[in-house]
Amino acid sequence: MSRQLYEFPGGLKFETFKEITATIPAIQHPLPNRIILPVRQHIGIPSVPTVRKGEHVLKGQPIAEADGYVSIPLHASTSGTVIDIGDYPVPHAGEHEATCIVIEPDGKDEWFDIQPTDDYLTVDPKQLQEIIRSCGITGLGGAGFPAHVKLNEGVVNIVDTLIINGVECEPFITCDDRLIQEKAHYVVSGTRMIRHAVQAKHCVIAVEDDMPKAYEALANWIDDDIELIKVPKRYPAGGEKQLIQTLTGKEVPSGGLAIHIGIVMHNVATAAAVYRAVTRGEPLISRYVTIAGEVETPRNLQVLLGTSVNDCLKACGYEHNDEHMIILGGPMMGMHIRNPDIPIIKTTNCILVKKLEPAATELPCIQCGDCYNACPIKLMPQELYRNAKTDNFAETQQYHIFDCIECGCCSYVCPSNIPLVQYFRYAKSQIAAEERRRDGADLARKRFLEHNKREQAKIEAKRPSRPVIETSSNPSMDEKRNYIEGAVSRTLKKRSKTKKILDKRNSD
Amino acid sequence: MINQQLLTSPHRHDGSSVRTKMLWVCVSLIPGIACYTWFFGPGILIQCLLAIVFALLVESVLLKIRKQKLSVFLLDGSVYVTAILFALMISPFTPWWINFIGICFGLVFAKHLYGGLGNNIFNPAATAYVFILLCFPVAMNQWPSAIDGPSQETSIKNSFKYIFLMPHDSYSENNYDSTSSATPLADMQNRLAAMEMVNEIRTSSQYGNYAGKGWEWVSIFYLLGGIGLIALGVISWHIPVAILGSVFAFSLIFNMYDTNLYPSSLFHILSGGCILAAFFVATDPVTASATPIGKLIYGTIIGGLIYAIRSWGAYPDGVAFAIIIANGLVPMIDEYTRPYIIGEN
Ligand code: SF4
Ligand code: SF4
Repeated sequence: MSRQLYEFPGGLKFETFKEITATIPAIQHPLPNRIILPVRQHIGIPSVPTVRKGEHVLKGQPIAEADGYVSIPLHASTSGTVIDIGDYPVPHAGEHEATCIVIEPDGKDEWFDIQPTDDYLTVDPKQLQEIIRSCGITGLGGAGFPAHVKLNEGVVNIVDTLIINGVECEPFITCDDRLIQEKAHYVVSGTRMIRHAVQAKHCVIAVEDDMPKAYEALANWIDDDIELIKVPKRYPAGGEKQLIQTLTGKEVPSGGLAIHIGIVMHNVATAAAVYRAVTRGEPLISRYVTIAGEVETPRNLQVLLGTSVNDCLKACGYEHNDEHMIILGGPMMGMHIRNPDIPIIKTTNCILVKKLEPAATELPCIQCGDCYNACPIKLMPQELYRNAKTDNFAETQQYHIFDCIECGCCSYVCPSNIPLVQYFRYAKSQIAAEERRRDGADLARKRFLEHNKREQAKIEAKRPSRPVIETSSNPSMDEKRNYIEGAVSRTLKKRSKTKKILDKRNSD
Repeated sequence: MINQQLLTSPHRHDGSSVRTKMLWVCVSLIPGIACYTWFFGPGILIQCLLAIVFALLVESVLLKIRKQKLSVFLLDGSVYVTAILFALMISPFTPWWINFIGICFGLVFAKHLYGGLGNNIFNPAATAYVFILLCFPVAMNQWPSAIDGPSQETSIKNSFKYIFLMPHDSYSENNYDSTSSATPLADMQNRLAAMEMVNEIRTSSQYGNYAGKGWEWVSIFYLLGGIGLIALGVISWHIPVAILGSVFAFSLIFNMYDTNLYPSSLFHILSGGCILAAFFVATDPVTASATPIGKLIYGTIIGGLIYAIRSWGAYPDGVAFAIIIANGLVPMIDEYTRPYIIGEN
């Protein structure tokens, strides 16, 4: 353990309330009476259902197939009947509905015929990725990026270091901590498998220094091939960019990916899921979820995907009411949901119940710079805010709005109680929408021009060729045409020039 | 489904507020004010009270006109800080109506015309002070002195007389008696202009060990409060260090060049509004530079200007002018010192 650690800028130190749940064993949550599985639980393209309403499915049976590269299949969490395929509320920002496959469990929990892979070291890395993909594994840490995409980057590029991230920096969340404590050898073996899949030179498992039990558990299983590192407790130490900086001192390039500096990072839960997928052929159908906050018995649960939030909360003695709010995820980055019937999906790591407090009054920004001091990316949140508020989106991009990881440090410290992150999300979505519109408009213009050209060609073809004299004998017509053509080309030139300038400005 | 407004992350806050920040600024001024009162009588307390009352009145009217919520903005605390800082910059003998005019000008022209808290470019307290300095130079040149040591008793009477009873029309230097005089800084400037030497001047009775008698101690107590503010994390060290550092450096250079013409560094730092400005006025976040390097540049500009105005300008103490000029430069400083973000290199 001689790795030198570096510090990332900004960040916060605060109480994390983890002891409450970190010491209690996770229990298996009983079979719910309904399972709702959104076809999209990852970043990318939704999977396509392959079962029909009324069909009987077995536990672990694929029920939806991947659609394209950045997509993964979906599996039934238990055996039962598909009772509906339709729109249900899903845990997605903005609380909308999306296609879900609804299964009524038959109570038998009967397994589909799944195939283990013997001796993964003899398997080609590419094929190992395929196995991981076919088991529907996404990143289980945060955003839910399909795991195989990140693994494939590793095969295409040279991977210097594989980092397995066990740093749970958000308060209250202990599901990774518990998972490590209870399934340390899954994590360590899974790590070795991922390492094989990306052919990494070095391999690090990182945990936070307030997870002593998890550290011990891992220490029992690792060997010289894996470095086990404790990183200082600070928020957001578990963020991808921050952990890379802590462990290697390198900064992920702005707008770039970790792989560009030779690093692949996966979550500990992903490693454990890979272990299951490889050794047993078991797809991703359950996960650890922390139930914390104002519930009677806060603890971790092992939950089948598709179980409703409400079921989990009831298991911990909480009945939803007006005085509380439910947050999926931690208090810093989690998402407030109003409908407790929303299902647990692959990326749900925590259900936090919090007392509803009256919102503090938002004052004008006093330029105190506290937000800048707290930002782990060294952005200037006050400037981002000023520009986002006035819909000055080009300016927000100059201030690197897309480098914001939405960690919430800035809002947390703002003495004027400005919901900064909310403004940043707004600006990001507006910019994205604008880009989509522009792309769409470009396409339409292109189509229109092509269409015009075709029509013109048709007319030209039909028209009998004009006598030469007619045009040349009419000098005023020629002049006019020359003039028009000249003007058009000048305008076009000018336009392309301004566009170049604008592009340059944008890219600067 | 329960009917709640959808809230966005983070769902937590550290509990800091503008009000607490402003409150700490006021609290940290207490040692300085206490020392001021000890040496120069209760005039300063009266000025503070007057300024606060006037400021609350004016602020309420302005907020009403701008249709803002009184309950929110009167309690944000910024108006108290402006009032107190303004009162500390003016002479304790200032007539009440000048105090009122200053507050009005500062709040109307330096704060609310720009859109109120957070949007102003110039520091309201400094602007108010500069305005009355330009309009009422005579009144601004009458200061209490501590020649005979702490003088609370005599000055209670005087304070009342000067603040409330001075008739507007018969308002001239003759109406002040011998207990009032120019500040040591002004005295120094005048007598240097009259070809006297620094050492000679320093022997007269209104000078203490380092700077003006009494004033040097007030400055030291401001300094203590300011250090407290940094320790509490309310202000960062950059601006005070840059201001005091540059005043110190400039005065050291010139002092070494000619000791008879240029007073020592300590004299400059402990005289006039230097420390008050460095820790309390120039650090007003709204009007100061926001980037770390920008803050150092901003502070150095203020320090340089303070020294230049004191040494070669028409006013004995250029602190408020220096701050206002630097305020105007802040947008440019910020633009050029925009920090690199992680991953930009
Ligand atoms: S939310 Fe964005 S701007 Fe705010 S501290 Fe985090 S990274 Fe910086
Ligand atoms: S913390 Fe809030 S008030 Fe302070 S500069 Fe940032 S946005 Fe403005």
